[in-house]
Amino acid sequence: MELTVNGQPRSLPDHTTIAELLIRLNLQGSPCAVEVNKSLIPERQHEQTKLSANDAVEVVTLVGGG
Amino acid sequence: MLADPFILAGRTFSSRLIVGTGKYQDFLAMQRALEASGAQVVTVAVRRERLFNEKNQSLLDFIDLSRYTILPNTAGCFTAEDAVRVARLGREILEQLNNPGANWVKLEVLGDKKTLLPDPVGTLEACRELVKDGFQVLCYTSDDPIMAMRIKDAGAASVMPAGSPIGSGQGVLNRNSIAIIMELLKGSGATGGSPASASPPSHYPVILDAGVGAASDVSIAMELGADAVLLNTAIAHAKDSALMASAMKHACIAGRESYLAGRIPKRRYASASSPWEGTISHIPGE
Repeated sequence: MELTVNGQPRSLPDHTTIAELLIRLNLQGSPCAVEVNKSLIPERQHEQTKLSANDAVEVVTLVGGG
Repeated sequence: MLADPFILAGRTFSSRLIVGTGKYQDFLAMQRALEASGAQVVTVAVRRERLFNEKNQSLLDFIDLSRYTILPNTAGCFTAEDAVRVARLGREILEQLNNPGANWVKLEVLGDKKTLLPDPVGTLEACRELVKDGFQVLCYTSDDPIMAMRIKDAGAASVMPAGSPIGSGQGVLNRNSIAIIMELLKGSGATGGSPASASPPSHYPVILDAGVGAASDVSIAMELGADAVLLNTAIAHAKDSALMASAMKHACIAGRESYLAGRIPKRRYASASSPWEGTISHIPGE
């Protein structure tokens, strides 16, 4: 299926979960937060939340800022 | 027991300087500056993970999370909706890290990329929404006193007026507005040099946020009655960040002590420090 991750188009197998996406991105265990279609998906739901075609996924972390 | 504790959103601090973590040459320079500033609260931003690079060093590898309260901001947001989203994302990360700043947010809803001045309508809307969602909202705003009152009434844990535009280094451009904000939000005894009969100020925290260029700006803000000062660029872009951070720390302490000590009223003419009595000289006009 086709979707976007952080604004970039991406192909993933159907029914990929957020937890599986984070593994693919080498971000498992990293402090990050995930939003799907502008809704925050808490970490405890990453295992069971399946992504769908055309989802807009954002994976964010903390960076330097004022 | 601290002699002059700074209480912010239910937590007690000895330092009244809050510093940002952005714009440093590298993380080590940032780490040294944070140390020299004596800050106990540091701000961070929420941004997309860089997915296509090799895994680089992370900001969080250079910040001792047991030592600092992390204050995530909503910098870069131009609508209330986006600011609320970013605040929730920041909270999600800090909850994973078990940091006390998890339900804190430095709320910024900006009106325009060039001025970085706050959008008052969006700011108020986001503030109300985030307060309802359980956040301790530390709210960036302009130096407009009525807007400051509206934000306090909306339930913000702290109102944070700008001294001048973000990163401009112009210091406190309108001392009168800042002094009025102190009075309106804290009571009539809030501004330095008030008569002893004035009612004691409330503890509602007002933080001067943005515009600091040099240490003297921090002292001025503190002398006006600010509870704390938040700054980033003036340290991060100084030639010697760690030295400037130390200067800011001392300026903050000096300004606070000067405020608490109670300044003398300003007067038009001189007032001699040495006695007139016993002078042996000729005094013109006498």
